[in-house]
Amino acid sequence: MDLISQLCQYLFTGLTLGSIYALVALGFTMIYGATGIINLAQGEFVMLGGLIMVFSSTVLHLPLFLAFIFTVIVVTLLGALFERLAIHPLKNASLITLIMITLAGSILFRGGAMFIWGKDPYGLPAFSGDRPWYLWGATIQPQIFWVLGITGGAVLGIGLFFSRTLTGKAMIACACNPLAARLLGINVWKLVLLSFALSAALGAIAGIIITPITLMEYDRGPMLALKGFSAAVLGGLGSSMGAVVAGFLIGLIESLGAGLISSGYKDALALLVLLIVLWLKPSGILGSAEESALKKF
Amino acid sequence: MAKKDFYPLLIIIAGLVLFPLLIRGNEYFITILVFWGINAIIAMGLCLLMGYAGQISLGHAAFFGLGAYSSGILTAKYALSPIWGIIWGITLAGGIAYLVGKPTLRLKGHYMAVATLGIGEIFYIIFNELIPLTGGPSGLSGIPLLTIGGESLEGLKFFYLVWIVLLLLLIFSLNLINSRIGRAWRAIHGSELGALTLGIDVARYKLQIFVLSAIYAALAGSLYAHFVTFISPSSFSLMFSILLLMMVVIGGAETLWGALLGAGVLTLLPEYLRGLEDFEVLAYGAILMVVLLFMPRGILFAIKKMLWRSKE
Repeated sequence: MDLISQLCQYLFTGLTLGSIYALVALGFTMIYGATGIINLAQGEFVMLGGLIMVFSSTVLHLPLFLAFIFTVIVVTLLGALFERLAIHPLKNASLITLIMITLAGSILFRGGAMFIWGKDPYGLPAFSGDRPWYLWGATIQPQIFWVLGITGGAVLGIGLFFSRTLTGKAMIACACNPLAARLLGINVWKLVLLSFALSAALGAIAGIIITPITLMEYDRGPMLALKGFSAAVLGGLGSSMGAVVAGFLIGLIESLGAGLISSGYKDALALLVLLIVLWLKPSGILGSAEESALKKF
Repeated sequence: MAKKDFYPLLIIIAGLVLFPLLIRGNEYFITILVFWGINAIIAMGLCLLMGYAGQISLGHAAFFGLGAYSSGILTAKYALSPIWGIIWGITLAGGIAYLVGKPTLRLKGHYMAVATLGIGEIFYIIFNELIPLTGGPSGLSGIPLLTIGGESLEGLKFFYLVWIVLLLLLIFSLNLINSRIGRAWRAIHGSELGALTLGIDVARYKLQIFVLSAIYAALAGSLYAHFVTFISPSSFSLMFSILLLMMVVIGGAETLWGALLGAGVLTLLPEYLRGLEDFEVLAYGAILMVVLLFMPRGILFAIKKMLWRSKE
């Protein structure tokens, strides 16, 4: 394989990884915007999405589309339930306590998944066959196009939600200043619930589309959360498009680093880039310094 | 040291004196209490950093690991005496904390969290990949026990070493809190801008406490390495950094005593849950959740509140 086809291969792997990181980062950004909380259970939504999809298509024998919808609904409900039972009762607790409770939640989800599915990884058939495509000598699984397409659709949907709907605009207002938003008659707690439900849905979508490529098991969450969180911060925390761009960037750095430099150090490389960006520009790539000075935590 | 800290200190000292009578040579229990002591040393440093100076760190497992690997490599591969292992571990961790702390501590809140998390993960990967030195994922074995005056320390003797170190650090930290430095930390926690206007060199104080907490962690790491005699990277992962944070929060980040208590609870809890097998992770998560839901300011604060109420 010559260099061009290798690069092409890494590019597509990076874009696939990047899609997942972008979706996770988008989930982080949304909850952070509404509450100031970093939801450490974000990776668990991805894991649940993958495993529930496997359950609904292999045990319930639902057709692909229905299984997809069913999974997203179940995980969304779990996300909403999580907010109602764990976050909502602690309105006045310190932020670090709230972040710790999302961590307890992630352990709880992981424990539940281990109890139901055990420790084995599960696979899922690709959405449209396994016959690879060839592009400049690189082998590309058709599932990659599903991943890219669905991620694109989800990002577009979220973008339209924020710019075109009143609820979306209320959410932006709430992210800018919760107190001012409340003064304007916005029900902040409803938006918090919505933000958890929406980021659970995004996580579920990421889990569903990635499982045919990478399999899924109960303890996949933390690593995904780590990458997604890095992407969210790199993108400037609070900027949705920043999170998406940074997610793809981290995916690309990771796959190019693994291919061209060293597969053992690929994660270190992505993190090093993150550190250097933070050290040079403490407010993230697309974040503004002014805005980050106002953030409370 | 404040007056109110005397009684808990006396209780700990009394506990240490009576300890051998209580456990009657139960090795398993001694081991767990040694781990409690080791975790408490790190949690104490983290509590100073987080509860007092208000700076978050998600990477303290790295400093713990640096201490452990410095001790392990120097003693097992280069046959240096454990004392040198400990000294080098502390120097290395302190030096690295100084170097990375300088740019990192300019960051705020979540950015600081993710930067320290990145540092922690980078060291975790280095421990895994630097196979000629660290032995990689399969670990580093053959670390000698600590010896003092020709006597190698294990079991009860090591327990006393750890807890005496803990006690000394505790007294040091309690004095620090009530000094000019401790007051400066609390001022920074309250408002950096406010602290600056009072003439506090914010950057310097933040760096000081970051390095100090890294040194605590490295010291604990060295002790850990010489106790278990085998170390592998999995002990120094992100999960451990988060567990340390959880110890501080669950116990109560507002006082050092909370951190000590939290370290104890989270060291003992998994041991009691072990019998549940498949339920273990589920039960662990559920207990953490319930504690945080009903005692958001930590167990110590909840106990205090209960005592006040019963007095009234």
